[in-house]
Amino acid sequence: MAKSTSSDAQMLIRSLRTAYAATPTNLKIIDLYVVYAIVTAVIQVVYMGVVGSFPFNSFLSGVLSCVGTAVLAVCLRIQVNKENKEFKDLPPERAYADFILCNLVLHLVIMNFLG
Amino acid sequence: MGAKAENAVRPPSLAPSSSFPFPSLRTLKLKTKQQELLIRVSTLALIYVLAFAVRLFSVLRYESMIHEFDPYFNYRTTLFLTKNGFYEFWNWFDAESWYPLGRIIGGTLFPGLMVTAALIYRVFRFLTFAVHIREVCVLTAPFFASNTTLVAYFFGKEIWDAGAGLAAAALIAICPGYISRSVAGSYDNEGVAIFALLLTFYFFVKAVNTGSLAWGLASAFGYFYMVSAWGGYVFIINLVPLYVLVLLITGRYSMRLYVAYNCMYILGMLLAMQIRFVGFQHVQSGEHMAAMGVFFLMQVFYFVDWVKYTLNDPKLFHSFLRITLTCSISVGALALGVGTATGYISPWTGRFYSLLDPTYAKDHIPIIASVSEHQPTAWSSFIAVAVSATIKNLTTLIRTKSKASQTVSSKGTSSLKASAKASLDQALPFQRNAAIALLAGAFYLLSRYAIHCTWVTSEAYSSPSIVLAARGAHGGRVIFDDYREAYFWLRQNTPPDAKVMSWWDYGYQITAMGNRTVIVDNNTWNNTHIATVGRAMSSYEDEAYEIMQSLDVDYVLVVFGGVTGYSSDDINKFLWMVRIGGGVFPVIKEPDYLVNGEYRVDKGAAPKMLNCLMYKLCYYRFGELTTEYGKPTGYDRARGVEIGNKDIKLEYLEEAFTTSNWIVRIYKVKPPKNRW
Repeated sequence: MAKSTSSDAQMLIRSLRTAYAATPTNLKIIDLYVVYAIVTAVIQVVYMGVVGSFPFNSFLSGVLSCVGTAVLAVCLRIQVNKENKEFKDLPPERAYADFILCNLVLHLVIMNFLG
Repeated sequence: MGAKAENAVRPPSLAPSSSFPFPSLRTLKLKTKQQELLIRVSTLALIYVLAFAVRLFSVLRYESMIHEFDPYFNYRTTLFLTKNGFYEFWNWFDAESWYPLGRIIGGTLFPGLMVTAALIYRVFRFLTFAVHIREVCVLTAPFFASNTTLVAYFFGKEIWDAGAGLAAAALIAICPGYISRSVAGSYDNEGVAIFALLLTFYFFVKAVNTGSLAWGLASAFGYFYMVSAWGGYVFIINLVPLYVLVLLITGRYSMRLYVAYNCMYILGMLLAMQIRFVGFQHVQSGEHMAAMGVFFLMQVFYFVDWVKYTLNDPKLFHSFLRITLTCSISVGALALGVGTATGYISPWTGRFYSLLDPTYAKDHIPIIASVSEHQPTAWSSFIAVAVSATIKNLTTLIRTKSKASQTVSSKGTSSLKASAKASLDQALPFQRNAAIALLAGAFYLLSRYAIHCTWVTSEAYSSPSIVLAARGAHGGRVIFDDYREAYFWLRQNTPPDAKVMSWWDYGYQITAMGNRTVIVDNNTWNNTHIATVGRAMSSYEDEAYEIMQSLDVDYVLVVFGGVTGYSSDDINKFLWMVRIGGGVFPVIKEPDYLVNGEYRVDKGAAPKMLNCLMYKLCYYRFGELTTEYGKPTGYDRARGVEIGNKDIKLEYLEEAFTTSNWIVRIYKVKPPKNRW
């Protein structure tokens, strides 16, 4: 049973890799950015586990800024992806402008919350 | 010949001999679309004015003043904000209430209402309209009610069409529940919060429909305004995730939902945490966990969806699904369990727990149960709501019928149009009659509803509570302005650092109008302090004197309705004082004040009742007074009995002031006697 799950997992990873290689470069860049943001968030959580959570507002603002940019980048990816039928009428400039605006608001609030 | 023909051809409406002063619609030569726009805009304008006008009864009958209790706190803080600026307001520590503890006002209020009123005041001042901040405060709620009708129109238009939008706007303009909290003078959080609530929901629905990040950002700002305005924002942070969850379960989700909810949740949560009173509740309180749960669920859901789409192989996908589901469910359950067990995630507070179990407050938290606004609604009003909802549904149903026929006739070629029309006409011969009958019925019901709403607004919801009115012997109106009389006496005849002890209901009014320090007020944040006051009011005079000395009390204020028959006085509230005091100090026992479980103030009353401080202060010198023709002296008109203890002597207090109708009575606490 374990062998079949491990071989299943291997096949899974292999087919995922081949399928992913086919995505266009601009989407891959956005994906890389998302991964970078999540990794930064994880590093901050580990740091908080080591030194404690005081001051809590700084911890929250740090983690939420990472999670926020990751989520907004995923939204941008969804809107820019040519395969999404729902967003075929949306010009990519508008998607990018919305992304910039939301990030601006996000970081302004984070700067206020950092303390 | 030609000229005559032209004369004959000219349409009658342009004839110069027309003596009709009002130009008919035909003279404007509008196309149907423009006519429709004109009708819509003028209806909306009328609804806007109606929403404002229906809330003005108390301003016309009495004067432009702030009503009730909580609005006085809001007024005082707004006054402070306009005088001292936002920085001082946000960091304000108030030493004039909850003596000797004080209150951190800056961190324990919802600033939305005060900031809104201060902004409107600034705008008026900038335009050189020299208004007083009180007028702005009194009329803020009706102004925002009008704005809510506009939002309701756009919301209805977004969900259905312009007709539904107009119906929604009209209904919300006169809805009694909304009017009761937003009447002119009721300067309370709900006045702007209902506007913010509807605005947030509208922006969110718009975001879900368009999938645009900009609308998501707008809904996050709407949510921020709601959080800054009212504690009821918890309603949004639970309803929106519930809506998303239902969409996910029923399979009606799309990429737009992901964009809308994530943008609103992350930005909204961050913005909400900027309000100090809310603090970190979005990540720590049990009431906010649903939103976080749905956020994580969404990430997992859409990730799984994306993997399914990329893999294109059902077998592999099933194994992936198995792994992911087991992992995520176990991690989620573990996190929730650990969080609740260690107490990190706080359980639901008493206010919201009462929604699940309405009897919870009565048994465990007497101070929540004693507030009259928390009593459950009567069945009659539930039925009224159900009837009005049915009316709304009927109207929409009728409109659907007409909308269907419109769609049929506009699409397709002329032959299709003709055949469709023919088939519609043939299908149900009495469809037209039935529609007319239904419309007439709906019109009758709606007009009755409108009359009811106006009547109930005028009779029940327009009372300022601080000024009482009654019908005199010959039908003329008698005004009792005792409260303000007493507060201004305090303001003008007591030293500025005097401390006033009263029941917590009057705290905000005393600080705002009397400008004196109070021991407890309506914020009710410290139950023990309130219980101390309750204990003092229910003890014998010497025990109460000790408590008053420990609190540095200079004056005691009680409200008494025995002369006027006013039933919301302190004697009627006294049992709550006993219960709250007894909840913290077991020396106060409720059965001591009752006789056979009955609450009495006449000769048969319990001896502790007849000699407690509250009784003495209310009925001092009342035994000599004749209140009603044909009744003995000392006849209490609110309880309908002759009082039991007519010969009251006060040892440690002396009477300072009694208002003209004996409604408010103020006593001075005598300093301790000299020791030899």
